Amino acid sequence: MTDASVPQNVAPPPAEVPDVDLYHAHSWITKYVFSQDAKVIAIQYAGTAITVGILALVLSWVIRLQLAFPGAIPFIDANVYYQSVTMHGMIMVVYMLTAIFLGGFGNYLIPLMVGARDMVFPYVNMLSYWVYLIATLVLVSSYFFPGGPTGAGWTLYPPQSILTGTPGHEYGIILMLVSLILFIVGFTMGGLNYVVTVLQARTRGMTLMRMPLTVWGIFSAAVMALLAFPGLFVACVMLLLDRTLGTSFFMPSLVELGERKDYVGGSPILFQHLFWFFGHPEVYIVALPAFGIVSDLISVHARKNIFGYRMMVWAIIAIGVLSMVVWGHHMYISGMDPWFGFFFAVTTLAIAVPTALKVYNWVLTLWHADIHFTTPMLFALGFLVTFVNGGITGLYLGNVIVDVPLSATLFVVAHFHMVMGIAPVLVIFGAIYHWYPKITGRMMDERLGKIHFWITFLGAYAIFFPMHYLGVLGMPRRFYEMGETAFVPASAATLNIVITVIALAVGFAQSIFFYNLFKSLKYGAPAGGNPWRAASLEWQTPETPPGHGNWGKHLPVVYRWPYAYSVPGAPEDYLPQNAPPVRGERSP
Amino acid sequence: MSVMGLFFIFIATVAIMWLVRQGVMESPWLEEGEVAHYRRAGGAEPPTAGRVGLAVFLAVAGCLFSLLAAAFFMRGDAPDWQMPPIPGVLWVNTFLLAASSVALQVAVFAARRADAERVKTALLVGAVTAALFLIGQIWAWRELLELRFFASSNAANAFFYLLTGVHALHLIGGLVALARTTDKVRGAERVTKALTTSVELCAIYWHFLLFVWLLMFAMLIGWADGFGAICRRLLS
Repeated sequence: MTDASVPQNVAPPPAEVPDVDLYHAHSWITKYVFSQDAKVIAIQYAGTAITVGILALVLSWVIRLQLAFPGAIPFIDANVYYQSVTMHGMIMVVYMLTAIFLGGFGNYLIPLMVGARDMVFPYVNMLSYWVYLIATLVLVSSYFFPGGPTGAGWTLYPPQSILTGTPGHEYGIILMLVSLILFIVGFTMGGLNYVVTVLQARTRGMTLMRMPLTVWGIFSAAVMALLAFPGLFVACVMLLLDRTLGTSFFMPSLVELGERKDYVGGSPILFQHLFWFFGHPEVYIVALPAFGIVSDLISVHARKNIFGYRMMVWAIIAIGVLSMVVWGHHMYISGMDPWFGFFFAVTTLAIAVPTALKVYNWVLTLWHADIHFTTPMLFALGFLVTFVNGGITGLYLGNVIVDVPLSATLFVVAHFHMVMGIAPVLVIFGAIYHWYPKITGRMMDERLGKIHFWITFLGAYAIFFPMHYLGVLGMPRRFYEMGETAFVPASAATLNIVITVIALAVGFAQSIFFYNLFKSLKYGAPAGGNPWRAASLEWQTPETPPGHGNWGKHLPVVYRWPYAYSVPGAPEDYLPQNAPPVRGERSP
Repeated sequence: MSVMGLFFIFIATVAIMWLVRQGVMESPWLEEGEVAHYRRAGGAEPPTAGRVGLAVFLAVAGCLFSLLAAAFFMRGDAPDWQMPPIPGVLWVNTFLLAASSVALQVAVFAARRADAERVKTALLVGAVTAALFLIGQIWAWRELLELRFFASSNAANAFFYLLTGVHALHLIGGLVALARTTDKVRGAERVTKALTTSVELCAIYWHFLLFVWLLMFAMLIGWADGFGAICRRLLS
C-alpha cells in the first residue's frame, strides 16, 4: 500500500548511503583498547558500568547490615554508613544505569538496528568512553583520600554537603563534583553520537517508524539526557565554586560550630531546582531504554507484533516531553508555593497516562501470543510486574498531600528501588541474555539463567516489598540508627533483619549470572546468526559476532517494520526487515 | 525557570514538527517496499552529519546557558544581590565579537563562490577578532578584580565571572575548530565542498555564541531586569 501523498517521481536515495570513512584498526591496542568501533566501545562501557555496579552492590550490603544489626559491625560507623548511602546511590543511578543503557546498549544496538556501519563520529565516541572511565576512576579514588568519599547523600544538597560535619568534606565532595562534571562532558560526546546516528545513518528504507522500539527508547533517552544533564552540570560547577572559591550561589549565611561562615544569601532551593531538573528526567533516561528493550523482548519471544506500535512511539515521546516538567515533585517538602506543588502534581500524574498505555500494550501483545518462556522473556515479564508495582506507588507519592508524610520514610526507598532500581536491572539482565548470542556467537545456559531469574526476581521483591510497610509505619530513611523509638515496633527490627539476609543472598546469587556469562564465552552452545528467529536488523548481519563495519560489502535495505511475526502465508513465522517483499504481502 | 520554559517550548516545537514531517503519524505495518516514505521532495540535499551534530550540540549548549540565566534570575532575587559596575571594555568586546561573526559569514559567502584567497583572509580576521574578544574579557575580569569585586564577595560578581567564563570556554573550543578549518584551507588548492561545510559550521557556531553573548550582556548590564521581574512574578 503506497502512501498517496508521497510524490512518485522522487528518486530513491542511493542504496549505499555515502559512508563515514570507516576507521581501520592497525594494532591490538587500537582494535581493543583505544577502539573507535562502537561494538568494542559498548563492551568497554558495559564492563566498566558493571564493575562499578558491583562496588555499589557491596555498598548496599553495608547499608543493610547497619540497618539490621545497628552497631554490631565495628567498621560501620555513621560516616561509613552515609558514605555508603551516597556512593551507592550515585554510582547506581549515574555511573551504572545511565552508562550501561546508553553507553552499553546504545553503542552496540543503534548502529546494528538502524543498519549503519558505525556511529557517525567514531573518534568522539571513543573519547566519550575514556572520559567516562576517568570520571569513574576519579569518583572511586575518593576512597583513598583523607576523609574518604562524600557522605552528603546522592542528592548532594547544600549547605550540608560542603560543611565540615559531613564526611568527606575535604576531598570527597570535590572529587564527586569533578567526577560528575567529567561524566557529563563524556556523556555529551556519546549522546551527540547516538542522536545523530539515528538521525543521519539509517539505511535505505529504514524510516523513523520502522525503527525497533529499542532504538526509539534509547534515542529519546539520549535526547532527554542531552537536555537534562546541563542542569546537573550547572549545579555541580556552582557548588564546586561555593566549596573552593567561597562564592555564595547556594550557601546561605550560617553559623557553624559557633563560627560565622563567609557565605551570604545563597539559595539552597536553587540547587534543588537545578538538581531535580536533571534528577527527574534521569529516571526516564533509565526507564525509556528499558521500555524499548522490553517491547522488543516481549514481541520476539511471544512471536507476535508489538501491540500499538505507533502508540508506543508516541507514548515514549510524550513521556520524554512530560518528564522535563515534573521535577518539582521531588521538592514538595522544600516549602514551595502550594500552587506550584499543584502544577507539579498534575504533570506528574499526567505521566501515568502514556506509561499505563505502554503497560496495556505490553499486556495486549502477550494476549493470545505464542509465549516462549525463555530467560529473556522471564526477565521482561519480571520487569512488567515490578514496574507496575513501583509505578502505582509513584501515583501515591505524586500527590502532595500523600507525599509530605511519606517523603522521608522507607516508602520512598521502596518506590524508587522498584521502579528505577529493580525494574531496569531486570531489563538489563534480560537484554544481556537476549543479545549475548549476537555479541559472542554463543548461547548462555538457559537452566542457570532461569535459576538466576527466579532468585533475583523473588529475592528483589522480598527485599523491597516489605519496605513499603516499614515506610507506612513511619520508619525514616537516611537514619544511621533508630535507637528506642516509640512508633517503631520490635517486629520492624525483625523485618529489617529478614530484608538484610535476603539482600545478602540475592547479591551473592548474582555470581550465578557471572559464572554463566564467562563460562558461556567458551562452552556455550554455538548460537548461529539468529537463534531467537527475530526480525529486526541486528540479527541479519552476515557474520556473528558482527564484523568491523557490520554489514560486509553492502548495507542492508529495509522493506518492512521490525515486528513482522506470525505473518500469514509467510514461509517462516517471521519476516526479517531486510527480506525482499513477497508478492501481495500484508503484515498482520 | 521561565527561561527554561521558553527554551523548552522552542525545542519541543522544533522536535515535534520534525517528527511529524518524518512521518510519526504513519502506520508502518501497512507499508511495504523500501522507499515507502522517502519524502525529500524537490531534490534538496540532505543535511550532513556534521551540520546535524552541530545543531544538536547547540541545543545542549543553549540548554546550559538558559539554565545559567534561570539561576541568575532566581538568585538575583535575594536582598544581598549587588551587580558589579560593568567595565566599559565590554562594549568594545561586543563590537569585536560581532565583527568576528560578520567576518566568518563573509568567509562562508567566499567559500560558496570558491574564492580561496578571500576565505583565508576572512577566517584570519574572524580568528583574530575572536582572540581579541577573549583578551578583552580577561581585561574586564582584571579591571573588576582590581576594584576588589571578588567572586566570593557577592553572588552577582560570581555570576559575572561564571557567565563570561563559560561563554569564553565555548569560544575557545570554537577557536580550536576554527584553527583546524583554517589549517585545512591553507593546505587546500581550491575550496572543496567539505571545506565549505566546515567554514559554514564555524560560522553557525559563531553566530550562536554572538547571540548568547548579546543576551548575556543584556542581563549583566541590567536591560533584562524587567524580564527577571516577570519570571519572579510567574513563580510566586
